[in-house]
Amino acid sequence: MYEFVSGPLVWVAFIIFIGGSLYRIYNMLSKSKKENVVFPHMSLKHSLASLVHWVIPFNNQYMRKRPIFTIISFAFHICLIIAPIFLLAHVILWDESWNMSWWTIPEAVTDWMTIIVIIGCIFYLHRRLTDPVVKNVTDGSDYLLLAITALPFITGFIAYHQLFAYKTILIIHILAGEIMLIAIPFTRLSHMLFFVFTRAYFGSEQGHVKNSKDW
Amino acid sequence: MKPTIVKREPVVDEALDQCEARLTEEQIEKVVNEVIDKETGGRLWTYVNTCIHCGLCAEACHWFLSNDRDVSYAPVTKVKDTIWVLLEKKGKVDGAFIKRCSEIAHTECNLCRRCGMYCPFGIDIAYMLLVVRRICAKLGMVPLYLQDTVHSHAATMNQMWVKPDEWIDTLQWQEEEGQGFVPSARLPLEKEGADIMYSVIGPEPKFLAQLLGNITVIMKVAGLDWTMPATAGWDNSNMAMYSGDFEIMARVERLHHETAQRLKVKRIVMGECGHAFRGAEYDGPTWMGWMKPPIPIVHAISFYYDLIKSGKIKIAKKAKGPITVQDPCNVVRNGGLGDKLRYIMNAVCEDFVDVTPNNRYNYCCNAGGGVINVGPPWKKKRVQGNRIKAEQFKRTGAHTIVTPCHNCHSGIEDIVDFYKLGMHVKFFSDILIEAMEIPEHLKPKEE
Ligand code: HEM
Ligand code: HEM
Ligand code: SF4
Ligand code: SF4
Ligand code: SF4
Repeated sequence: MYEFVSGPLVWVAFIIFIGGSLYRIYNMLSKSKKENVVFPHMSLKHSLASLVHWVIPFNNQYMRKRPIFTIISFAFHICLIIAPIFLLAHVILWDESWNMSWWTIPEAVTDWMTIIVIIGCIFYLHRRLTDPVVKNVTDGSDYLLLAITALPFITGFIAYHQLFAYKTILIIHILAGEIMLIAIPFTRLSHMLFFVFTRAYFGSEQGHVKNSKDW
Repeated sequence: MKPTIVKREPVVDEALDQCEARLTEEQIEKVVNEVIDKETGGRLWTYVNTCIHCGLCAEACHWFLSNDRDVSYAPVTKVKDTIWVLLEKKGKVDGAFIKRCSEIAHTECNLCRRCGMYCPFGIDIAYMLLVVRRICAKLGMVPLYLQDTVHSHAATMNQMWVKPDEWIDTLQWQEEEGQGFVPSARLPLEKEGADIMYSVIGPEPKFLAQLLGNITVIMKVAGLDWTMPATAGWDNSNMAMYSGDFEIMARVERLHHETAQRLKVKRIVMGECGHAFRGAEYDGPTWMGWMKPPIPIVHAISFYYDLIKSGKIKIAKKAKGPITVQDPCNVVRNGGLGDKLRYIMNAVCEDFVDVTPNNRYNYCCNAGGGVINVGPPWKKKRVQGNRIKAEQFKRTGAHTIVTPCHNCHSGIEDIVDFYKLGMHVKFFSDILIEAMEIPEHLKPKEE
């Protein structure tokens, strides 16, 4: 079982993740070509300006207006992306099977980063249950996305600390990780793929076409 | 997803009710899919697939903030209750649903694009609600008064059923009014090859003719070579853009630009109006595939900025006392003229008090986007939907609010009235005409 989920299934997950992402981006671009405004409105300068103002924390009025949210959101996303890539256990696996390895972050740090991601998920869940606006636009899919995001981190944490049933938890962890990778292109987790494009377009429309700014 | 709880005082709008009774589900399904397949593309698809349902856009909307944070007014709710359902059900909805779509898109959203600024992805909710309006318009689901203005555009090529002779008469009368200030002032009609064609919105000759007198004086003092058309094409306003009837929108914009081309002018200068600028500069040209206006279009704010900055118009006596301003979304947040507006306000006012939030962060007036044009049945909701605007003005302690936009002007007059602010609402040119220097040789000779 372990061999299967940590072998062929990893392949499958990565192929679907990368292939699916490329397909979704291709789809978005070809649908955008159908519209006469999208490409003519794009401007590199204003796209970059928009990204600079929205990728750096507190670099626009709106993020400053919601400081707690901004801190949690950035901490969550930074840890979510950085921890798994530079995790010692993951890099060792890459090294074993592909003979490639890179820089790693001390395990004590990635352990904390994992906790931050889990706290982030709890924060999002709390908003979903209590903020009337968010609650009103929530359905099963939103909880499912949160679960897909949280599960690899929760199980990774349990496995790392060997809290119980190490072998089983590790299998569940790997499965959860694979599910997340597969889900990214085909659910609203694709916001990861589209973020750059939606910002670039809005930044261009506001800046290049409407002589204003989007930050 | 659970349905949104919507509490509204009932409003009777005959056009919506009759349309609901008439629509069949087959018609609806056909039109919804037609619009979505043929007229939308990457933007709608990406926005719907990216929105993470985080609700951050709610904080942007004056409707939401003014109605004690009633979630049914939050921007994301407005798309949830309209386009999400239309997409999910592939247009299989009933007439009552389309009626609610029109109420949301035509009467509860000003397309002011403030929410796009609050969304971390820059998802343009206003665009999606314009798509909803488009669907409604193709189904004939448009509030009565708004549709009347569209009919007027279609029949007369102006918004207010102004007849050709009334137009000329008004211009002649206002030329005479202007001559009271500056006897040699002229309002030149049909002058081919002039530098500037000046265009206004339909309500100017109808209700606010003094603005035409003002411009007659300003043009003379600044020594500019200008003209106005004697034919249809003089009206730069466009309510069809807001009802969703883009075919008529395009006819209006085309005639406006072609009139300028016929007069062989170098640029079009337009009066103080936000949505007219949007239509002439953006929505018209992009819908017709021109992308840019063939002849540059200059909004009154830029025009006055140039005149004052270059010294063509000098200020003799600044207006007294605290005066504040409204930033029209369509020329400030979505037109970048906020700094110029502040420059000209400081130039003509002794004590200009800014609002907070200001400039492109400002709240919408709640009249724009065609919302004031849906008429009296919806007025109460509109005025109550912008309490925060009243509170914002109250904090300035100003005696006058300058609104360089016609919709803002009317909407803010209603707000001043309803919340008993006791402030005056003026156009910039009203202040300028009092403040500017009229050179000795242009002044009326005393007998
Ligand atoms: C797809 C194949 C994956 C494999 C084979 C895998 C394997 C592992 C292994 C072996 C560990 C170490 C457990 C230990 O220390 O004993 C681990 C930990 C971890 N994994 Fe994965 N993983 C995968 C995917 C993912 C994904 C997609 C994520 C998150 C996006 C993730 C997040 C983590 C985290 C955060 C930890 C460490 C938890 C901590 O230190 O507290 N993993 N993983
Ligand atoms: C570079 C890539 C990414 C960017 C720029 C990004 C951006 C965002 C933004 C702007 C939000 C809106 C709310 C907030 O600011 O927190 C958000 C929410 C969220 N993102 Fe991401 N994201 C990225 C990658 C990911 C990935 C890879 C995942 C998980 C697989 C993820 C999971 C989530 C979750 C769970 C939420 C909260 C949803 C909720 O409110 O329930 N994000 N993201
Ligand atoms: S009124 Fe303005 S802020 Fe509110 S939903 Fe419409 S565009 Fe967004
Ligand atoms: S802020 Fe943007 S992503 Fe969040 S709910 Fe509103 S539109 Fe969707
Ligand atoms: S009427 Fe005035 S403030 Fe309101 S949407 Fe237009 S430009 Fe905005």
